[in-house]
Amino acid sequence: MERDKIEEVAIQLLRKASIFLPIDVKNALKKAYETETSETGRTVLKTILDNIAAAEQLNRPVCQDTGIVSFFVKGRAIDYKVIESALIKATIEATKSIPLRPNAVHPITRKNSGDNTGVRIPGISWLYKDTDYLEITATIKGAGSENMTALYMLPPGEGVKGLIRVVLESVVRAGGQPCPPVILNIGLGGTVDLTFKMAKLAMIRPLGVRHPEDDIAKLESKILDLVNQTNVGPMGLGGKTTALDVKIEYAYCHTASLPIAINFQCWADRRATARIHPDGSVEMID
Amino acid sequence: MAEYKLTTPLKEEDVRKLNLGDTVYITGIIFTARDEAHERLIEYAEKGEKVPVNLEGAVIYHAGPIVRKKDGEWEIVAAGPTTSSRMNKATPKVLEKYPIRMLIGKGGMSQEVLEAMKKHGVVYCQYTGGAAVLAAKNIKRVIGVEWLDLGIPEALWILEVENFGPLTVTMDAKGNSIYEKLKQEQKKILERLLSQL
Ligand code: SF4
Repeated sequence: MERDKIEEVAIQLLRKASIFLPIDVKNALKKAYETETSETGRTVLKTILDNIAAAEQLNRPVCQDTGIVSFFVKGRAIDYKVIESALIKATIEATKSIPLRPNAVHPITRKNSGDNTGVRIPGISWLYKDTDYLEITATIKGAGSENMTALYMLPPGEGVKGLIRVVLESVVRAGGQPCPPVILNIGLGGTVDLTFKMAKLAMIRPLGVRHPEDDIAKLESKILDLVNQTNVGPMGLGGKTTALDVKIEYAYCHTASLPIAINFQCWADRRATARIHPDGSVEMID
Repeated sequence: MAEYKLTTPLKEEDVRKLNLGDTVYITGIIFTARDEAHERLIEYAEKGEKVPVNLEGAVIYHAGPIVRKKDGEWEIVAAGPTTSSRMNKATPKVLEKYPIRMLIGKGGMSQEVLEAMKKHGVVYCQYTGGAAVLAAKNIKRVIGVEWLDLGIPEALWILEVENFGPLTVTMDAKGNSIYEKLKQEQKKILERLLSQL
């Protein structure tokens, strides 16, 4: 597949992701505004909705923290080298043209590269999918919510109760910091690399889409219901909209382990997906 | 819960009367300041040097804007609030040295800051996190910028605003904080939810 085409599509994805929130996120926020009963909570949700509309109207990033860029690349025959160079170039170009705030720094020297790239950044996850098209999802993740990420290694005996406990505790501890209403993306099981990977896979699943396995789907709904009883509320100022959704992905794990990764996503849940077909046609997916 | 439209420079009585949950809109001038600008404010005060801006009745906005230059003029592209707790350490000193009246940010600040606010007559308002474009829309013009050597997000931006808000008073000048109140409530709810599992 052509390098230039991939770069062009990736720039488009970053533009779309940074300015326009996905329809599932917008609908969830609208619904929350209708059902929220706290007065402050409603003011906050209204401000968020007005802000989303202003971003679309003025063609500007929906939040000033245009985050760290990550791509999820799916396909059967992936030309790693070509795609990687196209995605890096796209990130540099998008940073200039949209513009995105340059956020990527060296972890020790804190030196900013100035273009949102650096060692291993943008993050690229290569995922196998048995299709003849190439699917690219671009995500933009701010620090406010990412900084609230928690990893727990629970004694397996704690089970589902333990999972629910640590989620609720994390949500209350985080309060307004991750810009609620949040979306909780949870990785369950695996070895810790996988645990986090699954939380990130949950992140690219649209809101309202439940896990295909019934037990997990029910657990997602149950946790969502409990989280919304904590009264953290929009921006942590109280109310019943603390989370818009809870999504779980799991993997098998060691018999002596129960790893749980909780990744907070703020209301500015920025992602965009496109498919590039073998004939060169591009399909944007909402 | 009342709604107020305030004009800068703010007077002490303007802010002393505000209560938790009130909605405020600001018209006039606001200054952005993050971690490094706070450090520099303290440095100047300790050296007895004059800062290049007049902070009498000032509104400080915890924000690192996205800015671009258009036809030689600065333009704010986006300017949402940043997490205020990073300024917890510097703020009591800054409030002691400068006649600031309002802080705007997100997430609230520490007990020490709350006490300093009570002492000096300052309120803290929360602006919706991430609502950067809306904030930028209410910024009419960049009046100037100081300390640009700190980098664009950390510099001290002087902004003319009109009806900047809605801001919610979340820490008043009387020693009350919504965050503390909510924390206690949420702890109780959490205990109840956990005991019912
Ligand atoms: S947590 Fe999200 S919405 Fe809040 S400032 Fe960061 S990126 Fe923006």
